[in-house]
Amino acid sequence: MSSPASTPSRRRGKRGRGSNPPTPQDARSPPSQKRRTDDSTSTGDLQPMPTSPPAEAQSPAAPDALFSSPPQFRHSAIPLDFDISSPLTYGTPSSRVEGTPRSGVRGTPVRQRPDLGSVRKAKQVDLHSDGVADDVLASDQSLGQRLVIWGTDVNIATCKEKFQRFLQRFVDPLAKEDEDIGLDLSKPRYMQRLEEINMVGEPFLNVNCDHLRSFDENLYRQLICYPQEVIPTFDMAANEIFFDHYPDSILEHQIQVRPYNALKTRNMRSLNPEDIDQLITISGMVIRSSQLIPEMQEAFFKCQVCAFTTRVEIDRGRIAEPSVCKNCNTTHSMALIHNRSMFSDKQMIKLQESPEDMPAGQTPHTVALFAHNDLVDKVQPGDRVNVTGIYRAAPIRLNPRVSSVKSVYKTHIDVIHYRKTDAKRLHGVDEETERKIFSEERVAILKELSKKQDIYERLSSALAPSIYEHEDIKKGILLQLFGGSRKDFTNTGRGNFRAEINILLCGDPGTSKSQLLQYVYNLVPRGQYTSGKGSSAVGLTAYVMKDPETRQLVLQTGALVLSDNGICCIDEFDKMNESTRSVLHEVMEQQTLSIAKAGIICQLNARTSILAAANPIESQWNPKKTTIENIQLPHTLLSRFDLIFLMLDPRDEAYDRRLARHLVSLYYRSEEEIEEEYMDMAVLKDYIAYARCYVNPRLSEEASQALIEAYVDMRKIGSGRGMVSAYPRQLESLIRLAEAHAKVRFSEKVETIDVEEAKRLHREALKQSATDPRTGIVDISILTTGMSATARKRKEELAQALRKLIQSKGKAPSLKYQQLFDDLRAQSDTAVTKEMFEEALRALADEDFLTVTGKTVRLL
Amino acid sequence: MPCVADWLNDPFSIVQGIFVQNVPNSDWEKKVTEYFKEKLKENNATNWVPSLNDVPVHYLKPNSLVKFRCMVQDMFDPEFYMGVYETVDPNTNARVLHFGKYRDVAECGPQQEIDLNSSQTVTLERQTFYCVPVPGESAWSVVVLNPKFYAYISASQARVSPSTSYTPSRHKRSYEEDEDMDLYPSKQKEQHMGNSGGGDIHGSVEPKRLETEASAGHHLFSPNCSPPLDLNFPLPGEKGPACLVKVYESWDSFKVNDVLEVYGILSVDPVLSIVNNEEREGSVLDPMECMDTAEEQRVHSPPASLVPRIHVILAQKLQHINPLLPACLNEEEGKTCEYMNFPSLFVSNFMSELSPVRAELLGFLTHALLGDSLAAEYLILHLISTVYARRDVLPLGKFTVNLSGCPRNSIFTEHIYRIIQQLVPASYRLPMTIENMNRSRFIPHKDYTANRLVSGVLQLASNTSLVVDETQLEQGQLDATGVHNVTALGKLITWQKVDYDFSYHQMEFLCNINVLITSEGRSFLPSDCQVHLQPQIIPPNMEEYMNSLLTAVLPSVLNKFRIYLSLLRLLDYSISDEVTKAVEEDFVEMRKNDPESVTADDLHRTLLVARFLSLSAGQTTLSRERWLRAKQLEALRKARLQQQRCVNGNEL
Repeated sequence: MSSPASTPSRRRGKRGRGSNPPTPQDARSPPSQKRRTDDSTSTGDLQPMPTSPPAEAQSPAAPDALFSSPPQFRHSAIPLDFDISSPLTYGTPSSRVEGTPRSGVRGTPVRQRPDLGSVRKAKQVDLHSDGVADDVLASDQSLGQRLVIWGTDVNIATCKEKFQRFLQRFVDPLAKEDEDIGLDLSKPRYMQRLEEINMVGEPFLNVNCDHLRSFDENLYRQLICYPQEVIPTFDMAANEIFFDHYPDSILEHQIQVRPYNALKTRNMRSLNPEDIDQLITISGMVIRSSQLIPEMQEAFFKCQVCAFTTRVEIDRGRIAEPSVCKNCNTTHSMALIHNRSMFSDKQMIKLQESPEDMPAGQTPHTVALFAHNDLVDKVQPGDRVNVTGIYRAAPIRLNPRVSSVKSVYKTHIDVIHYRKTDAKRLHGVDEETERKIFSEERVAILKELSKKQDIYERLSSALAPSIYEHEDIKKGILLQLFGGSRKDFTNTGRGNFRAEINILLCGDPGTSKSQLLQYVYNLVPRGQYTSGKGSSAVGLTAYVMKDPETRQLVLQTGALVLSDNGICCIDEFDKMNESTRSVLHEVMEQQTLSIAKAGIICQLNARTSILAAANPIESQWNPKKTTIENIQLPHTLLSRFDLIFLMLDPRDEAYDRRLARHLVSLYYRSEEEIEEEYMDMAVLKDYIAYARCYVNPRLSEEASQALIEAYVDMRKIGSGRGMVSAYPRQLESLIRLAEAHAKVRFSEKVETIDVEEAKRLHREALKQSATDPRTGIVDISILTTGMSATARKRKEELAQALRKLIQSKGKAPSLKYQQLFDDLRAQSDTAVTKEMFEEALRALADEDFLTVTGKTVRLL
Repeated sequence: MPCVADWLNDPFSIVQGIFVQNVPNSDWEKKVTEYFKEKLKENNATNWVPSLNDVPVHYLKPNSLVKFRCMVQDMFDPEFYMGVYETVDPNTNARVLHFGKYRDVAECGPQQEIDLNSSQTVTLERQTFYCVPVPGESAWSVVVLNPKFYAYISASQARVSPSTSYTPSRHKRSYEEDEDMDLYPSKQKEQHMGNSGGGDIHGSVEPKRLETEASAGHHLFSPNCSPPLDLNFPLPGEKGPACLVKVYESWDSFKVNDVLEVYGILSVDPVLSIVNNEEREGSVLDPMECMDTAEEQRVHSPPASLVPRIHVILAQKLQHINPLLPACLNEEEGKTCEYMNFPSLFVSNFMSELSPVRAELLGFLTHALLGDSLAAEYLILHLISTVYARRDVLPLGKFTVNLSGCPRNSIFTEHIYRIIQQLVPASYRLPMTIENMNRSRFIPHKDYTANRLVSGVLQLASNTSLVVDETQLEQGQLDATGVHNVTALGKLITWQKVDYDFSYHQMEFLCNINVLITSEGRSFLPSDCQVHLQPQIIPPNMEEYMNSLLTAVLPSVLNKFRIYLSLLRLLDYSISDEVTKAVEEDFVEMRKNDPESVTADDLHRTLLVARFLSLSAGQTTLSRERWLRAKQLEALRKARLQQQRCVNGNEL
């Protein structure tokens, strides 16, 4: 409670309407005080309180501070034009009634805001006129007076009026934000918020500074520059409107305005001395939070002689002990009564710069935050938050006895508003706030770029320029970076449609697969890089951990969840063990992760693209084998990759020559030359980020037709040979690729050229990975069933041959295994391996033609 | 020198003078820096500035100008301080303006009080770096820099009182003199032995007092506060002064692990240490002060006697830390730090006598490698390699050599390391024992309670030689830390970067470390090139052999080697179009003949070998001959490996 206890009578007297009946207050005051006692007994003993303030704490300004502290305006002005006779004034059913007796007319107590004033610097708030603050407040309504708060250009009356107008009129023209759920966008936004407060009873009004800025630039500037003065004014304004509209509302305490999203400062690194005492918003990660600190806000003193009591408010972190009792004039008779003093909650939090904001090669900065009251314990270490607050600096006094002062200030931020940035990852609300803000020039540059005819080629060549050629692979990865459009089919029961493109690279070792992965990982903001060898299922998904401090179970997220909306690069995919790989099934199609362990059952979003690299089983790629045989991955998993590329050593003279030239240039050219030739990585990054955020292409009519044709064509190829050559999954892949290609062009429509490129790329990848080495025909069933159609046919043929062979042997009930094998080999015109033979036996066994026991084959 | 005393011993008086003259406007700051820059440009002026690297803190005058060559280990948060403040005398009401720059404590007279609310107060920002001496700095570079310190070390090791060589007057030895004094260390030692016996000319101070002082100096590293303060050196067993360096300008340009040379005002005000205790006691009184944990306070404001503060007036990043070379070699940069004499002249002089030096060095290394000249050749290439550029994620110019075939469990690798230590300015030997890998911390990590970056072995300055001794490896189990450590080491070798552990996330720090792996067979760490050692001579007593090798080299020659290795790293290099063509042809040809074994990686490597081969001969462009020589070297090396494989195959 910042209003001084010693002044209520005076203030009441001076107020415009002195008709305020004293009775209800008196009636209420005993219980409230009792309750306060209850509140503080728990903590009061623990916290050693200053029994007597150090001598130097008695700063010369202290006496006038009593009646000039800014929050006072609020108390005195709120109730002015309110119907006092309302029955509502009585009995707020709240446990926190510290302010009730003195907040006057209103039934709703004012809750003091330590975030604004508790440790304020010696900035005196006064008015230019020679009047005392109270007089001015009384004349608030006479707007003719041009009064401003001392040291600022804030006129309380105008400021209040402006803010009220803002609340009543502001309609967000760009309303799209995630918080708007359930709001009617065409009506004044903040009036609806007030209505919400009325319904929910949470007396905090969050105000987006951006809105304020678009409404009134000057008011915004004042808020940023003098938050300590302006926010109480806003509080006043908001409360007046609120109680005008909802006179019956019962709130715990009066509404507090919490501005957020001040654009003053974004980055912790850019904080500088000019920001002191201004409203700032910075983002960062919580690394440490302290225990709750009960901070004395108001001390209760009692005279040992005459039992006269008085309250002293905290002033700049110190309590000035009254040296003389006002009642009996005894000196040094006042003693502090702990459990009748008033405390507020306070917490110290360390915020560290988010890793994205850090320049390379430097360590992150940290800043201390003080959270008060409700904001205590709102964030935990590890949370990413946007903090809006007032930046403070206070000198450090070395020692009361030494006059020298350390020449350094301690800085901290008094938190006014928190906004968690990563909470969404679990809830899956749109990532609006993560939208990178692009300056207009940048957007213009990007748009200009997108108009270029060869933008697709340009971008793909800018991708990992140190890796030579592999154009199609780079194109595939480029499309993966852009991703398809997200479609929501929840209404029809199919859930989300995957928009992410998964790519598998396989091929000879030393073909710079890892390098490509590293590059992609460095390029995307939400990239994760893991190696299949070292990762376990829990490392990829999520695990439950007991927090050593709180002993709570905490869900720790692994690489896949962390790369939600990003790309998860998995190297040495083939070396991953079976159980780990199995978690990928869900992620790669449904884009979710289900967890059921230790009492936590949940489904996390893992809308991640997967870029995996796998080495062939026999270190070198065996061209005589199919992809499946070469990398030994289950086909169920393989079919979830949209594109599978082989990175093979081409062994071709022209290629070698180009490669050599490329490498040599790598070794002597200066960096600048290289820069010129390729697109800057930063531009590429922005281009992708912009497209991912703002471009959402839809299929055009022609494109749909083209896709249908393409799919039918793919099916037709196979049907000629009696096999299925394409599945709906391939169609989905095609759609995604086409959409991604449209995104590359910044086009809102998927057109035929996009489909053409998607088809080409898809075919190219298939040609590499799904070619049956025996026939040279592209056979999708290699990827979908793990075996090519010809291989299956061969198997059947062999089984038939075996059956004939056995039948030709006559009626022998049992045969020797080895002999049968030899016979079959002798008979067959192609080489028959033991595996093939066994497979044929198994096939016949399945037909109940024979059984194999040990080394003998028995006919049935 | 009358003026010397002033700016060297009492820089504050100078700053005060400039401040008073210019006070209303803020150019006084610029003028101060300019003044000191001018002063340091004068003849050998830099040599007169006592260096914190060699002189123990307690011998230095507080508030005097000092220099410090150090590596940025951690960066603390920027701090706001009173740039200008006003004091009031309560009796007379006289107001005086003071400057707060270069100070930790806002000074004021006994009768004065600081007016915190004065409108004249200017708040400014400065950045604090936690700096440690360059990790793994070789003893010789200290010796060359300041022979007296060497004497001090040997003296204190020998448990005799140090000589009085700390009198600042004797710091005026010029750089040239140092170079001429090749035999200085040993001479100094002798001289010193003499000193301790008889009287020294300077020995005007009683030995007794010195003795106590010296022992006090030793206690510095084990302070009597209950848990000894960890000074956070990257390498275990390091000693030296850690320092809080306060930077006032362009601190954004410095990075973690940068090597700096700073000139600044030394602050060891005991008040700073008192602050500590007082604050801790008084923390209950004022909630403002308890916002940092005790650990954090200990780390961020350690006692000044242990961790002195330097308020930087001039700071520069060092390209290299070889004291035998001028600090800056580039012409343009040379202009900015003109207080080094004619760098270009120095380079051209040295380049003219390059080839004999190379031959000598090759011979020396051949002997060291038991007569294997091919391995010696590769070792030279390795020692002059440096990451000169990065393409996307690919570091170019790293050349990690795996010296396989080293005798197991012998002192051989230890001696190789000793020789390398004699040649490069900074080096470290990492014995790869199971225990070492499981126990020690390779990756620096952030300690959030103390809010600092706890260092690890892999936090090294650029161009440090890291010798990984794999011959010590026994069978055994690596635990989680061990696996992490080995992965980090592997990553360092392949990508030349270390991911520092910030607990909630990792941060990538680029590095440039020359890694040499000695192993018996092929190393289990990745490497750019494996050279199998083929000893020609087996000395009966390795220890004796190696020792005699080192003593046989003249110190002047040794210094030439040192200059050679450091200098060549800094040269530019290019390939002409013509040679590019030839290389292309060659590669195509090689691929045609043997497509299986010749890959892009081979071309990469051969190009690297060619690059360093040319540079090692002082040529900055690739010539056809060098290319062929590089190919030849590679062929020889491969043949050896092939042969080795056969031998092993037969054995199996």
